[in-house]
Amino acid sequence: MSNEANLHGHTEVVTTHPVHHDEHHVHHHKETFVTKYIFSQDHKMIARQFLITGIIWAIIGGLFSVLFRLQLGYPEQSFPILETFFGRWAAGGKIVPEFYYALVTMHGTILVFFVLTAGLSGTFANLLIPFQIGARDMASPFLNMLSYWFFFLASIVMMSSLFIETGPAAGGWTMYPPLSAVRQASLGSKLGSDLWLVSMALFIVSSLLGGLNYISTILNMRTKGMSMTRMPLTMWAIFFTAVLGVLSFPVLLSGAILLLFDRNLGTSFYLSDIVVNGEILSNEGGSAILYQHLFWFLGHPEVYIILLPAMGMVSEILSVNSRKPIFGYMAMVGSLFAICILAFLVWAHHMFVTGLNPFLGAFFVLLTLLIAVPSAIKVFNWLTTLWRGNIRFTPATLFAIGFVSLFISGGLTGIFLGNSTIDIHLHDTMFVVAHFHIVMGVASFFGMFAGVYHWFPKMFARYLNNTLGYIHFWVTIIGSYLIFWPMHYQGLAGIPRRYLDKRAWASFNQFADLDKMITVVSIIVFAVQLMFVFNFFYSIFKGRKVRTQNPWKANTLEWTTPIVAGHGNWEGEIPEVHRWAYDYGKDGRDFIPQTEPIGENESKDH
Amino acid sequence: MDIVSTQQQKKIHPHKFTLWVAIGSIVMMFAGLTSAYIVKSSQAAWREIKMPTTFWYSTAVILLSSLTVQWAVRSFKEREMKRYRLLIGFTVVLGSLFVILQWIGFNQLWDSGVQFKGSSGAGQFLYVIAGLHALHVIGGVIALLVMFMKAFFGKNKNYSSIPVEVASTYWHFVDILWIYLLVFFIWIG
Repeated sequence: MSNEANLHGHTEVVTTHPVHHDEHHVHHHKETFVTKYIFSQDHKMIARQFLITGIIWAIIGGLFSVLFRLQLGYPEQSFPILETFFGRWAAGGKIVPEFYYALVTMHGTILVFFVLTAGLSGTFANLLIPFQIGARDMASPFLNMLSYWFFFLASIVMMSSLFIETGPAAGGWTMYPPLSAVRQASLGSKLGSDLWLVSMALFIVSSLLGGLNYISTILNMRTKGMSMTRMPLTMWAIFFTAVLGVLSFPVLLSGAILLLFDRNLGTSFYLSDIVVNGEILSNEGGSAILYQHLFWFLGHPEVYIILLPAMGMVSEILSVNSRKPIFGYMAMVGSLFAICILAFLVWAHHMFVTGLNPFLGAFFVLLTLLIAVPSAIKVFNWLTTLWRGNIRFTPATLFAIGFVSLFISGGLTGIFLGNSTIDIHLHDTMFVVAHFHIVMGVASFFGMFAGVYHWFPKMFARYLNNTLGYIHFWVTIIGSYLIFWPMHYQGLAGIPRRYLDKRAWASFNQFADLDKMITVVSIIVFAVQLMFVFNFFYSIFKGRKVRTQNPWKANTLEWTTPIVAGHGNWEGEIPEVHRWAYDYGKDGRDFIPQTEPIGENESKDH
Repeated sequence: MDIVSTQQQKKIHPHKFTLWVAIGSIVMMFAGLTSAYIVKSSQAAWREIKMPTTFWYSTAVILLSSLTVQWAVRSFKEREMKRYRLLIGFTVVLGSLFVILQWIGFNQLWDSGVQFKGSSGAGQFLYVIAGLHALHVIGGVIALLVMFMKAFFGKNKNYSSIPVEVASTYWHFVDILWIYLLVFFIWIG
């Protein structure tokens, strides 16, 4: 059951050796610094590369939000620090309105794609798939390495767009034409938008290479006895995530290619009847709505690409730390599947007020509200898993519980927004901002933090500092609610999103102090994230060492590998699996690893 | 040293499977583009085009190349390495010829006045869609070229037919994709 031939780039020869005669020789290749740390084909190293690149992006994207929050909270004040960071874009310590758009655009792009897609899926899919299904590496380690390096290239291009004269893309993270398609329309629509599109094309290639690998590894490389229904829920979640990505990212790519043509070659896919600064453009017959369809056909599945891996990890972490089997395993798988299908059928709910036929809107309302069903099933199952459990409140558990809390709060406001009639009032207000930040942004971050705290011992053979972990959790959860809860009220009152300075509306002045509070809290929360980053890097080198193979007393296969697993993961044979991953507290035993055969007197078979 | 164990031999080889998923992904991309075409063709200022005749020749060429690549796989399995090398070489030539013919077709279309600038129409889509398809064919040509080189200069003898089969499946796919696009352009356009 080894894929060594693959690992070592040898010729593949199909042999008929029975599994157990397959003697695995642990090859210790002479690995140079370059093959071990840079162009590594080891899934564990690629996972760490994704995670650390993601952390760097998260700091940049988070910092942007803190800096523009300064201006939102205190529109009358000038901050010399803004000029220090942004130079002439914040001359005199005030952010230039055009640059504010650039900042929100980059904040969205960075966090949605570079942190919560690549940073989250890239890290945990790579780390956990071979570990938890019992494989020596991915189906194609080479494609896997390419996946990281395409992501790296995309990062370089996106990063460079921050430093060009006309500034980065500024049309919002959705890049709607005509604003993004017409160069004369704004500074950000010049070179910045081209770089954005090129960077996204590279990013899509990276996601596709990764996704292909995740799917074929999960379906083809499972160890003996690891049937699909014995897989931990993390695997199911990552599998559906990859399916979503592989089927929806190509559509965004076609949308982006057409946009590049419109921008650079004068075609009219999205443009029609446009007048800029008194100049009539020759474009005719294009449709801006077409771009929105292509964008949101990816854009909505993208929400679940971000959310599903967090859901999977939360399921696993809650079960391990409540010392109880996950409640309703098959219901969990079924609801993941339902979410995966529905994700493709609801994209137009982002377009209720942009010119979509209202008749069509009615169907999209129905399909959108249907997502509440699998979501509610999942929430119910998480709560029942915790119910009367023997809960160990590790930082990972706390973050997992925090995820459930945020998912409920943010999910409920989704029901408001999913109604096309209510959306007439709420669209493009702070209500929308509050909704998607809580349910998609912060919740997925919590899932990611839970994963980092839980699997850090496996990644670096050391523990993160617990005290800092608890501080991190409590400040972040309280801070998140303080930041985003009031935004709902602002939105209901009609405060639009994407506005730098609202002082011209007398009726919004009542929210001025609330805005100040949000800004102060976001600075504190950001500082605590930096503390987490410190904890992360400090613990890699100086953290408490892991002394036991299975520190959380978990059932899954990754904890049967050596504390520092080499390339190939298991010394000797890959273990065989005899049961599902959730035999906790069964027959009076605390936990029964998946590798243990079913005993004669065991109560129920799995 | 086996990538595929006894249990797995009943299943499809991981590399072949990966290819099928990749094909699904590519299909989604062209589905996105062709559905965009359908949506746009019902709107104002749509310009029709006349298909360049060269596309018929290129269609014949790519159909022929599908035959040669299939024959190459069979030769490989029968260990007729000389014939295999010849047929892979043929396929590479036919693939390149296809791309050149497409390029000539684009030029004919361009000279007949169908250009990027101005109002939207079938032409703009055709350049993008058929151009992206040609890129995929070029990808296939490169893959076949690598196999051709390996067959001549490869150091170790390789008896696994998996890479050849993966390449030929991909080749048939770009062939079928082109037929679909051609029928689409004629039928809808």
